[in-house]
Amino acid sequence: MKKKRLKTEKEPYVATTDSCKLCAPLGACLAFKGVEASVPFLHGSQGCATYMRRYVISHFREPVDIASSSLGEKHAVYGGGPNLKLGLKNVMSKYNCGLIGVATTCLTETIGDDTSRLVKEFREEFSEVTAGHGNPTIVNVSTPSYAGSHIDGFHSAVRAIVDQVASNVQAFENTLNLFPGFVSPADTRYLKEIVHDFGLNPVILPDISETLDAPAASEYEKIPSGGTPIASIKSMGSASYSIEFGRCLSDAMSASNVLADRFNVPSRKLGTPIGLRETDIFMNTLEEISCRKVPIKYERERGRLIDSYVDGHKYVSGKRAVIYGDPDTVVGLVSFLTEIGIIPVLCATGAKNQYFQTAIKAVTEDILEETPVTLDNIDFFDIEETAEKLAPDVLLGSSKGYKLARKWNIPLVRLGFPIHDRFGAQRICQLGYKGTQDLFDITVNALIQATQDRSPIGYTYI
Amino acid sequence: MKALNKNLPLETEQIDPQKVKQELLKKYPTKVARKRAKQIIVNKVSDGQEMPEIGANTRTIPGIITQRGCTYAGCKGVIMGPTRDIVNITHGPIGCGFYSWLTRRNQTRADGPEDDNFMTYCFSTDMQEENIVFGGEKKLRAAIQEAYDIFKPKAISIFSTCPVGLIGDDVHSVAREMKEKLGINIFGFSCEGYKGVSQSAGHHIANNGIFKNVVGLNDNVKEGKYKINLLGEYNIGGDGFEIDRILNDCEITVVSTFSGNSTYDQFANAHTADLNTIMCHRSINYVAEMLETKFGIPWIKINFIGAQATAKSLRKIANYFENEELKQRVEEVIAREITEVIKVRDEVRARCEGKVAMLFVGGSRAHHYQELFKEIGMKTISAGYEFAHRDDYEGREVLPSIKIDADSRNIEELEIHPDPERFRPRKTDEQLKKLQDEGFRFKDYDGMMREMSDRSLVIDDISQYESEQLIEIYKPAIFCAGIKEKYAIQKKGIPMKQLHSYDSGGPYAGFRGAINFYQEIDRMVNSQVWKHIKAPWQESPELAAKYACD
Repeated sequence: MKKKRLKTEKEPYVATTDSCKLCAPLGACLAFKGVEASVPFLHGSQGCATYMRRYVISHFREPVDIASSSLGEKHAVYGGGPNLKLGLKNVMSKYNCGLIGVATTCLTETIGDDTSRLVKEFREEFSEVTAGHGNPTIVNVSTPSYAGSHIDGFHSAVRAIVDQVASNVQAFENTLNLFPGFVSPADTRYLKEIVHDFGLNPVILPDISETLDAPAASEYEKIPSGGTPIASIKSMGSASYSIEFGRCLSDAMSASNVLADRFNVPSRKLGTPIGLRETDIFMNTLEEISCRKVPIKYERERGRLIDSYVDGHKYVSGKRAVIYGDPDTVVGLVSFLTEIGIIPVLCATGAKNQYFQTAIKAVTEDILEETPVTLDNIDFFDIEETAEKLAPDVLLGSSKGYKLARKWNIPLVRLGFPIHDRFGAQRICQLGYKGTQDLFDITVNALIQATQDRSPIGYTYI
Repeated sequence: MKALNKNLPLETEQIDPQKVKQELLKKYPTKVARKRAKQIIVNKVSDGQEMPEIGANTRTIPGIITQRGCTYAGCKGVIMGPTRDIVNITHGPIGCGFYSWLTRRNQTRADGPEDDNFMTYCFSTDMQEENIVFGGEKKLRAAIQEAYDIFKPKAISIFSTCPVGLIGDDVHSVAREMKEKLGINIFGFSCEGYKGVSQSAGHHIANNGIFKNVVGLNDNVKEGKYKINLLGEYNIGGDGFEIDRILNDCEITVVSTFSGNSTYDQFANAHTADLNTIMCHRSINYVAEMLETKFGIPWIKINFIGAQATAKSLRKIANYFENEELKQRVEEVIAREITEVIKVRDEVRARCEGKVAMLFVGGSRAHHYQELFKEIGMKTISAGYEFAHRDDYEGREVLPSIKIDADSRNIEELEIHPDPERFRPRKTDEQLKKLQDEGFRFKDYDGMMREMSDRSLVIDDISQYESEQLIEIYKPAIFCAGIKEKYAIQKKGIPMKQLHSYDSGGPYAGFRGAINFYQEIDRMVNSQVWKHIKAPWQESPELAAKYACD
């Protein structure tokens, strides 16, 4: 497929060198981990489950169990149905799970296993087994790894959960459905706090705030507690509102659309609230929906943020940044960087996304004269070639960009996924005024450190 | 013969391993329980009878949450990945290539900045839907051309992922075509993930491929009187560097290492060595056998994990070469290194004596690391492999009795014949007989179980659930496995040492490695952090009540 190259005339490379995206099933597993008492299940070769577990575990430093149907050569020929059913049975017999999220892999998609039908058959053939283990819900989603990226898999899974589980069981008063996209556990906790402070009852899907950041406790939990309760998902159809983050989210993958179409739950689609301006929009929306003024607490956070923007302006103004990662995270970061005076010279995301350029334009056009160089469906090899002539001062994105940071001798502010060469990935905060504050402090200090390291004198007053 | 479990904490002594086995099987459905029962063995070796038979290298039970990976991982991740100057192209969707990108700590060191080093790269054809539908050979061809144009490497290898075999892309014919066009060595591996039952099939496929396509292409004989190949050493955390250092000091020349810190030329040259030494039997025995059949190079099992084991292996190599000067030098190196080892070992042993360990990892480490634990007085009461075969558990003598199942039958066994010009038995029949009469053993691997005591539990392909049960029952001082088990175990309050990635530590091989390991285990099992899990207010409920009443 021809890669979209918007600003360069060169013939695009065919192969991917140093990929900037992971594959769809991994995103689905992340989403499923945000549901209470859930076990993600990959229908395909066991390598997928093992590799993805390793990646997710290394980032969050938490246990992540993902089951596999462990298909072999025979199943590639005859179909994977029997293994899927046996696998589901085995998962149920060992875990008290509330949900099993079945995602397909490129193997099962290529051989054409009809996973929906197989799951339905399982429910019928093994209804006694299911009943004997607490009647866990089984959700299935199609996530071939040869289409899109892990973010597409993530959104598809969230939508599938809503599509297959949500209903209009009576909800608590003032329930707000919140679809944050792929954000950190710490950010998820903060979102809950914000929504509560507006007097609303949040149902956040997925909620990885506890399942992917659990304490060391004297009582061990086989399936970590936390995650969106199934009962809450079932009541999403009678919530007052839905808010869904992500300017780059397509209608086809929107979970809030399902609730709007089926249950008439009005939905607001906002950009991921990174930075002052995107957070303002979020706060404004909450004020409207809740009919409550923005609590003083957040006004003060906002005030402190702006104060720090002024204090820090001299360190960041005019600096040039290359940002790469998941589309909505990049859009949010670009919005943030633009407003503090850092020029985003290259905005990159690994998979195809038709809204990416429009979104970047939307968050920069009030401040920048020209839309920054925006590239989707590219890899680090392309980023390196393109950015070489753009003289960046700082990189923002996952650990995979370290090679470039090292080559160009500029700081890398580690954000996004995966982060495997630093500690505390599950505690990264980017959202809201407080998250933006953290982001600002880290970014400013990265630039100050670079200046200090480069100086032959060794100043300590900067 | 084997002594009964001396020096074990009393509680451990009292636990009945048969009862533990029943406990582990209790929750499984009948059919699953029946299968697992064959894979969980209560060890019994002291009576001199036949080794108990363990079920190994059989199909993974779906949904059991296994440690195992797939054939692609064994081929590209394990065997071919550590070679720094071959461009490794993954043919398939992006996942496989991404997840094997710099996630394994096989270190490498190029001689100079001008030397090819592709270690930090990830190359993939990133197949999209249309390639699945219409075929990906065209894209593969273009990717190979690009790799050549940009990097001009010595060789390019292609690794097939699941969809490739299914849609009928012929990576081998593309490889042949491009090899002719570009004039460099290009070869493919049919290592689709669904083949076999674990990484092991991938090792086999990789061994076949490297032997067929690379070994023997370069007849230059290296300088050095005592030339060996170091097989099955992947230089995790710098293990290979430490072993190289010791061998260097002994003036033993390593012609090639399969495949830590390796280069294409090393492989091409491997057939000029005079002895093959094997570290990881499971992953590399295939190449050793083929080198013997084709070129006449004998192989021996050695082990550089553990200071005593390292000394023993060095002496074995020296004995093979039957040279007094070499034997003398080996003794000098051992004597020089062992002083510091003993000092640290004794210090650590004082704090670790009697503590209990469990190891479930890979196809070799679960055995060899027991040595290091033994050196500091720690006993292994349960261990198992992820993807090993019966010979890795019970010893090579059971090879003839191993049934080849359907999954393994599909993995190609190359037919090898003596090379017409270069087959040259390194030892004459008389020399071989003399050595063997003196107790020297070739092709010798006795497996893990023989070195474990009676009543220890040997568990093949342990599942997440079984690991948790074991921890709960035995409460070992330390549990060794991989990252997928790490955080679950630590949340149970048990220290957990990763033996795949070494928890970013290492090296643990050789003499300096042994010292590192002792200190690392000391740090972990004697950590005080677990004492703090209960907060003061949780410990003293009266305190809370007092304030409430006041």
